[in-house]
This record gives sequence, structure tokens and C-alpha cells, in this order.
Amino acid sequence: MFRFIFRRLLQVIPVLFIIITATFFMVRFVPGGPFTAEKAIPPEILKNIEAHYGLDQPLWRQYLNYLGKIAHGDLGPSFKYSNRSVNEIIADKLPVSLELGALALACALSIGLTLGVVAAVRRNSGLDYLASSLGMLGICVPTFVLGPLLVLFFAIHLGWVNASGWYTAADRVLPALTLGLVYAAYIMRLTRAGMLEVLHQDYIRTARAKGATEFRIITRHALRGGLLPVVSFLGPATAGILTGSFIIETIFQIPGLGREFVNSAFNRDYTLVLGTVMLYAGLIVLLNLAADVVQVWLNPKLKFA
Amino acid sequence: MIPLSPPSAIRPPLSEARSSLWRDAWHRLKKNRLAVIGGALLTGLTMLCIAGPWFLRMSYQEQNLDLGASAPSAAHWFGTDTLGRDLFVRLLYGGRISLGVGLCATFVALTIGVIYGAIAGYLGGKIDATMMRLVDIIYALPFTIFVILLMVFFGRNIILLFVAIGAVEWLTMARIVRSQIMALKKMEFIEAARSLGLSNTRIIFRHLLPNALGPIIVYTTLTIPAVMLLEAFLSFLGLGVQPPMSSWGTLIKDGAEKMEEFPWLLIFPGSIFSLTLFSLNFLGDGLRDALDVRAAQD
Repeated sequence: MFRFIFRRLLQVIPVLFIIITATFFMVRFVPGGPFTAEKAIPPEILKNIEAHYGLDQPLWRQYLNYLGKIAHGDLGPSFKYSNRSVNEIIADKLPVSLELGALALACALSIGLTLGVVAAVRRNSGLDYLASSLGMLGICVPTFVLGPLLVLFFAIHLGWVNASGWYTAADRVLPALTLGLVYAAYIMRLTRAGMLEVLHQDYIRTARAKGATEFRIITRHALRGGLLPVVSFLGPATAGILTGSFIIETIFQIPGLGREFVNSAFNRDYTLVLGTVMLYAGLIVLLNLAADVVQVWLNPKLKFA
Repeated sequence: MIPLSPPSAIRPPLSEARSSLWRDAWHRLKKNRLAVIGGALLTGLTMLCIAGPWFLRMSYQEQNLDLGASAPSAAHWFGTDTLGRDLFVRLLYGGRISLGVGLCATFVALTIGVIYGAIAGYLGGKIDATMMRLVDIIYALPFTIFVILLMVFFGRNIILLFVAIGAVEWLTMARIVRSQIMALKKMEFIEAARSLGLSNTRIIFRHLLPNALGPIIVYTTLTIPAVMLLEAFLSFLGLGVQPPMSSWGTLIKDGAEKMEEFPWLLIFPGSIFSLTLFSLNFLGDGLRDALDVRAAQD
């Protein structure tokens, strides 16, 4: 297993390299630059600014310079936030997104898995229909509707929490719930489908024939196979949750990384785009690796290859 | 539970065995009342969105500023928005876009994802590793910038939106199919198929994929709403559908902003959207059950 993980970790380097290269040139091919503003800057000043950031050099040289810098862990200066480095911005915003993401994930997993398992085990019962309808509702109601609805009810109507902001512990509740419920719905649907596939298998019948309790059959035998689709969904989904959601951060006025990322693309803040992409890519690769490891652990018939 | 098959549905003669999976599934599907209702509703809504606007005198951009936002009435069944545009008409036009994006992009994602995931999972080893690292790379590329680039090079084009969304949505499908195939290919019936000397293509498409249909169908029914909402997100960023044109996603988003003063602007688009997804889901679940060979034999 450790050899498998080690080999996969080695693959991270070429994967990140390709992503950085592709993104670097993709951003550069988009028309407009970080300093094209509505109010035109005099050409002499623009030239000075570009020289300051090294943007006047040929593209291949800029690319090599950039690679040299990130090899030393320096993500470069931000073009939009003067005097701030991308490292600082990420260090500033990432913890917020991580905290929100972790809370949302906990909420999504606890609700989604419970409802999914219950729905599959009590298939076609009232309980199943209730859980399935709730799951469908979670998918139908997009975050930009669910968020304002929750704010309207819990913040404005009941006055239990603030409508937006990120200061007290209570401020965490609504954003985490909004983000978590959507993923809970996905997890619920996939868990139910995965469990239904497994519950008919012979080994479940064997376990039942041996006299195992229903609870043990579900938790020890069925869940192992039933979780496969959920685990492969969770790899990339977790990376998405943890790096922040543009919509949620906009609705609740949260100073997270998701908003920075989308805005940086529009501002052509090249270094900030690349920095956030690299972070996201690293998370994707690591979490997909984690998902693959969990899958082997869940299904003893698979082997590390 | 699925009822025991009546005597007439017992194994067809050998010559017809090729289509028996789908024929049996169709029989079972027709008996599932919820799935039939779902399918009928979906067909009806699609036809209404395609044909409806031809029979209506109003257009989606016709404004009536004197009227403003008015509640549902005989003249405007679903009310009007703040610019006095008829919501019913806008919903029908929006449905064309949303159903189009939802179905086309999902179809693209489904086709690529299933084939790609099945091949990677079945072949395994180095090929699988390379294929899945490529998936990781595409996952990580910034989607917003990808869409901006497409818009720059090909102009604002709704077909392009379908392609862009489809090109991203297949990734998770590929991962899910791959994990299913990897688990299935270790089972005895695949060993049996292989020892019979069947070709890899035949094993993948005739033996492995039919057994992975459950999660595939469920994830497809999850992809369609996700795609429709992604379109709303892109429109919000100015990269998707542009006003005065509407889509269900943009209508719901606009409605959510005004839900306190003019609730009908959220209620009607939201209900139609949910109704579509519920029908789709019941149809999907029905299909899943109908195609579940193992459950049918119990």
C-alpha cells in the first residue's frame, strides 16, 4: 500500500506541472490584462508598471521565471492587490474556506449517509419516499435560492442568527447548512443507489443466514460495497467544498477563497489565478488518491496497482 | 419489490435473447406507475416548451412598464416580472434553453464519462493510471477561464455552452463508472465470460456496463439539474444566457432576489424546475429498477 501511495505521490509532480503550464498559457490567451481598466492608464506609466512586474519580457521568459519562483514556494505578487503577495492572500483567505468547507462536509456526510442508508434498507416504504423526496428537494433547490430562504427565515423572521458576516460561531451555521445540504442530497442519492446494488448480493444473504443482526449486516457488510459510488464522488467534491464556493461566499459576505478565485479570473490577476488553481489541483490530486485508497480498503477484492 | 413475472414474460426464445434485457426492462417500466407519470410529465413539458411559444402572441422580451410586476391574472397566468414581461412566456422560452442544456450536456457527459471510465477501470494498470491523471488535470483547470476563452474564440454561442459544460461534467461520471467496473471485473461471471473467449469490447458493453447501470442512471439524474444550475451560474457571471433571453436558472435566480415582494417570480419557475427534476428522478428510479436484473430474479 505504501508503495502505491508513494508512486501516486510521485505522479503529482508531472500532473501539477501540466496544470500550471496549461493554466499559465490559457490565462495569457484571454484578451485584456490586469492593468486594462475602464480609465485608460497613460502608456508610459503602463510600460513602467509592466516592467516592474516583468510583463514586458517575452512570454516564454516570463514562464521560466515563474517556474523558478514557484520552485522556491513563491507564488509571486498579486497584480490587483498592490503590495500583497499571492502567498499572503491565500494564507489569509484559505482558513476561512477550509473552516466553512469542513463544517459543510460534516453536515453533508451525517445527513446524506443516514438518509441514504435508511432509504435503501427500507426500500419503497414511506420512509424511503420521504428521504428520497428530501434528497430530490435538496438537488432541485439551488444554493442561491436555499441561502436567501434560510436567511429570510432564521435571520430575519426568527432573528436567531445574523444574515451575513463571518465573526461569531453563530455566523457559521447558515452558510455551512446551505452548502452542506446540497451535497447531502447528492450523497443521499448515491448512497441509496450504491446500497441497493449491494443488498441483493450473495454475501449479504450469507451474512443474514449466519444470523448476523440487521445492524451489523448493514454497517459491516453492505456499507463497504455500497459506499463505492459515494467515495468516488467525494474525492473531487471535497476539493470543491474546501476551496470555497463563490455563490455561498457572495450571499453571506464571507471573506473566503472562492470569491477571490472567480474575481481573479475576471481581473486577469494572473498570479492569483495560478496560485489558486495550483492549490485546487493539489487538493484534487491528493483527495482523489485518498478516495482510491479508501476504495481498496472498502473492497478487499481490489488491489493496489 | 418487483412482482414475479407473469408466465407470458418468461424467457423469450433464444433468437430474441439479444434484446431481452431492454424488452423486459420496458415491460417492467410500463408497470411502474410513478415512472410512467414522470415520463409523461417530462414529455409533456418538453413539447410545451418547444411548441408553446409558436401559439402565443406575446414574446419573451415584450415589456409593459405600466403593468410592472403584477400577480398572476387571467391575462398573465403566472404574473409578470418587474419589467412587465409575461412570466409564463419567459418560462417556456427558458425551458427550451434549460432542457436543451440539461439534456444535451448530460448526454455528452454521459457518453464520454461511461466509455472513458469503463475502459480505464477494465484495462487497469498503466493505461488506467494515465487516463485518470488526465481526469485529475482537467478537473483542476479553471473552468471560468476555460469558458471565457471559448467565448473569445468562438463568440457567444449557446451550443458552445452545452459543449463546455458537457466537457467538464463527464469527469465525475468517469470516476464513478471506473470504480464500479473495477469492483465488477473481479466477479466470477466476468471470469466466465473471459474464459469463453469473448472480446474485451463485448465484455465491457454486454456484461460489465449493464451491471453498473444503477449508479450510472442515478448520477445521470443528478447531472441534469447540476448542469441546468451551472448554466445559471455562468449566466450570472455574464458568460451564459444574456438578457432579455431567459433560462430556468436565471429566472429562479432573479426570483430569489425578489422573493419577499414578488413571491410568484420564484414560486412558478421554482415549481416547474422541481417538477421536471422530480419527474426525471422517478423515471430514472423506474429505469434503474426495471434494468436491475438481479432484483427481478429474486
